[in-house]
Amino acid sequence: MLKKKKKHRMSSEINAGSMADIAFLLLIFFLVTTQISEDKGLLVKLPPWSTEPPPDFKANSRNLYSVLVNAQNQLLVRGKPMDIEMLKENTKLFISNPRQESDKSTSPQDAIVSLKNDRGTKYKTYLRVYNELQAAYAELRNEMALKKYAKEFEFLADSQKKEIREAIPLIISEAEPTAFGEEK
Amino acid sequence: MSKFKDSGLTQGAPGLNTASLPDIVFMLLFFFMVVTKLRDTELKVTVKTPEASQLTKLENKSLVNFIYIGRPTAKYEQVYGTKPRIQLGDKFADMNEIPLFLEKHRLSVPESQVGQVTSSLRIDGDVTMGIVGDIKTALRKANQLKINYSAKPIQEKN
Repeated sequence: MLKKKKKHRMSSEINAGSMADIAFLLLIFFLVTTQISEDKGLLVKLPPWSTEPPPDFKANSRNLYSVLVNAQNQLLVRGKPMDIEMLKENTKLFISNPRQESDKSTSPQDAIVSLKNDRGTKYKTYLRVYNELQAAYAELRNEMALKKYAKEFEFLADSQKKEIREAIPLIISEAEPTAFGEEK
Repeated sequence: MSKFKDSGLTQGAPGLNTASLPDIVFMLLFFFMVVTKLRDTELKVTVKTPEASQLTKLENKSLVNFIYIGRPTAKYEQVYGTKPRIQLGDKFADMNEIPLFLEKHRLSVPESQVGQVTSSLRIDGDVTMGIVGDIKTALRKANQLKINYSAKPIQEKN
């Protein structure tokens, strides 16, 4: 009688020693079959497709900031070569025009940044240029937010964000690429 | 005295308690299950996205379709060459297959959210802009205007 009782007690406990092994097996399985998602990037809105020729910007060249990237990944900004490190500061100056110079934009709403690349331009360079242009706008918006509401742009309320977005609209227009360079 | 010492020796050091080991491993497991996603497509092109600072996170995964552009991996170089190619889903594709690919994805999305569909372009940094420009034109023609150039955050170099 006593013996039986002892036996019963022993079998009632589940051996959890292999639990760790099972969990490790699952863990390794998931490590192998999954990938850490890299789901960030530059958000861009393309213009709708139309067959009409784009409007001529030559008339208001004061408000036009043209950025050309050639197949050698060099920059030509408003007719002058420029280093990519200088692009952001220069773009900011052009858009905000703090000293109201006559060769820069009349107001941020009127400023148009035009980007043109070659078919031989490296994507890396193109994205870097696009990133710098977006960064220029982002910094200007941030500066305005700090000045007006003493808060960073991302912490503003939606209505305040909208107001600043309207004051400094992001206008980056992309022209049809040229085809001088060699595609690799 | 000696008896006491003996018994202590035979017992040795107390064993490490591994009872909480499964809990720790399960915690790790759940962590990985949450932060990763199942590898649903095998990449047939090499994609090394460039670095950028103005990053936006892709919010709703079901509203995103992925277009990969890069050179075929070593395995497929023999057949597909070394020129940059497009990969849609899990196979190589041509430019003219893009509208159908986008339309198929749109059908899987609730109608009210079709306007929020984003195309994530995962493009290798060393690809030239020719093929990228063609894809942009194809996307514009297919009225897929929200795009996201996939990029990595900038790593600080010392």
